Amino acid sequence: MIRLLLLTALLVLSCELHAAQTVVVGSKKFTESYVLAEIAKRKLTQSGFDVVHKQGMGGTIILWQAIKGGDIDFYPEYTGTIVEEILKSRAKLTSADMRRELRRFKIGMTEELGFNNTYALVMRREQAKKLGIESISDLRKHPDLQVGLTHEFLNRQDGWGPLSRRYNLHMANVRGVEHTIGYSALANGSLDVKDAYSTDAKIAEYNLIVLKDDLGFFPQYKAVFLYRLSAPEKAIQTVESLSGTISEEKMIQLNAEAERTKNYARAAGLYFAGDHTGNVADLQPSVASQIGHWTLQHLRLVGISLILAVIAGIPLGIAASRPGPLSQTILGVTGVVQTIPSLALLAVLVPLMGIKPQTAILALFLYSLLPIVRNTASGLQDIPTPLRESASALGLEPLACLRKVLLPMASRSILAGIKTSAVINVGTATLAALIGAGGLGTPIISGLDLADAGLIMQGALPAAALALIVQWAFDFCDRYLIPKGLRLQRAI
Amino acid sequence: MAAIIELRGASKTFDDTPALHPTDLTFERSRTTALIGPSGCGKSTLLRLIVGLLSPSAGDVLFEGERLSDDNLLQIRRRMGYVIQDGGLFPHLSARQNVMLMPNHLHLDSAEMKQRLGELCELTHLPEDALERYPVELSGGQRQRVSLMRALMLKPDVLLLDEPLAALDPLVRTSLQTQLKEIFQRLRQTVIMVTHDMAEAAYLADTIVLLDSGRIVQSGSFQDLRERPAAPFVSEFISAQRALVQI
Repeated sequence: MIRLLLLTALLVLSCELHAAQTVVVGSKKFTESYVLAEIAKRKLTQSGFDVVHKQGMGGTIILWQAIKGGDIDFYPEYTGTIVEEILKSRAKLTSADMRRELRRFKIGMTEELGFNNTYALVMRREQAKKLGIESISDLRKHPDLQVGLTHEFLNRQDGWGPLSRRYNLHMANVRGVEHTIGYSALANGSLDVKDAYSTDAKIAEYNLIVLKDDLGFFPQYKAVFLYRLSAPEKAIQTVESLSGTISEEKMIQLNAEAERTKNYARAAGLYFAGDHTGNVADLQPSVASQIGHWTLQHLRLVGISLILAVIAGIPLGIAASRPGPLSQTILGVTGVVQTIPSLALLAVLVPLMGIKPQTAILALFLYSLLPIVRNTASGLQDIPTPLRESASALGLEPLACLRKVLLPMASRSILAGIKTSAVINVGTATLAALIGAGGLGTPIISGLDLADAGLIMQGALPAAALALIVQWAFDFCDRYLIPKGLRLQRAI
Repeated sequence: MAAIIELRGASKTFDDTPALHPTDLTFERSRTTALIGPSGCGKSTLLRLIVGLLSPSAGDVLFEGERLSDDNLLQIRRRMGYVIQDGGLFPHLSARQNVMLMPNHLHLDSAEMKQRLGELCELTHLPEDALERYPVELSGGQRQRVSLMRALMLKPDVLLLDEPLAALDPLVRTSLQTQLKEIFQRLRQTVIMVTHDMAEAAYLADTIVLLDSGRIVQSGSFQDLRERPAAPFVSEFISAQRALVQI
């Protein structure tokens, strides 16, 4: 009896848990965005929501499309980006202005989280102290310092040229240096001043200080969260509660932890330090289950697109096997689709369809068509004329003739086309991660952005293995799908 | 006796090159007609016009007085049996599946068809166990026997053979010629066959139609052709195929 009660209680409890609302948090493809999204995820989880974090979905445009389209509910953004890239405003907008403009898209904006991630000039802490430099204005007294700037910063509208005019700087030694090399040069003393993002993890790592922008030259890139106004009220309040709680030092520290460990949940955990409501390790899924999850997503993308390509490709191939303008059109169009770089194809489809797995499936479908169409057409065309005539002379209806005689005779070629499509598809599907459709491309693309070979391998190795398995699976299926008579023909 | 197939001024032109000039020709029931002539004379074109694999550039092809058209083509083809040089068996089907393709497609009575299959095996001298083999596992002679069975399965009104024995070695060929003659006589079958071998035509056919450059040169029995040649070409063609005994 007690057992029964316990069971019922458990059932009710689990129903309760399943009833929790799901909210989706997105992030851009860089460390800080990942960490902020993880913080929001943890906070929302504590408030009782089921939270999905779509990691590293892409750049501003993609995230903006995703939140507008309802694919995600929250993502971290910066005020400067909202004004310039999203609202495309040339005027200076106040927070109230921004909120009003965003409301037109049914999007809301939290209060500032507490830090500003903008361009900054940095120096070694002890040298700045020695020379008495605290702000950019102070550089005027030291025109002989070695300045190394990224090429982008040298040429930007809000970069070095306008900056030095504004501050009336006349630095004698300014040169362009690659970002990472610039940090090493700064650390070993061959540079004294360089440009940086104000929350760059390297600032803590190399013990640098950010020079105060005392004339307010740099645009403000204050971190906020954007959210859908239709998101659950409690979820919005939860994310809103993060505002004013992350200082620049804190963010630098979190970024440094994330880059050191490559574990964003753990870095986010630092934010909650002293808050013992959850175990970080519990929140980070194991590598194996992650890979399993990505592989399933990958198989879903490949499987659906391939099935659609077979359904559409075989009839198209049959039409293309008959001489005439239709054949040339079909082979021409599918051929052209194949030559479009996959990234370009995704870029064309995203504005039309938005950020969702269906977009990736459509792109993969289009890529899968050509091998199937071409092999179906050539398989049918390769049937010797006497056999084709024998088939016609039997008096079979055209469809029955195709189904019972011609298609089985072309089956080897058609299956080879499907196999080619499937194997190519497994590779191309890694690009689906670029538009947040998941799959094994997710760790590859994150790994590339973070220069983390281990993470890349978590996607690349299973993808390669999957391609081999698909190849074997098809070779195995050949035995059942290619009629015995044709297999004997090959063997003899 | 009524003609089963008739050509009325039927011609065929490929890209301005005439393959068959306007031709009038009738085929009678229960008779074997051989279309013969050198390569490119139009004999295969003529046969293809009859099966409807080609449609005439001008004139008509009639089956039992009915003009061949898209509407009646399927029905008429089911009343014809067509056998080509290397059999035209579908490689993905076993011999039995090849023979049973149309009966199964038309959902014909299976017991009756099974019996028919047995009769045809006997008629064509094909061992029954060969039915389970695939075309690639059969000898050239066996392939032709299976092809003949497939053509005869639906009891066709007319049997069309396009050089059926040309690819076989001489021993098999001779024995098959003997058997074919037997079969034609036993079934009182209407047969139209294309060949380039005058001896084969003389042995099997009641009527020989000799063609050259897309025109009929002479039509008649072998005796007619040999003794009353309509043109010097007729004698030339007959004597070109010298028998070994003459050497």
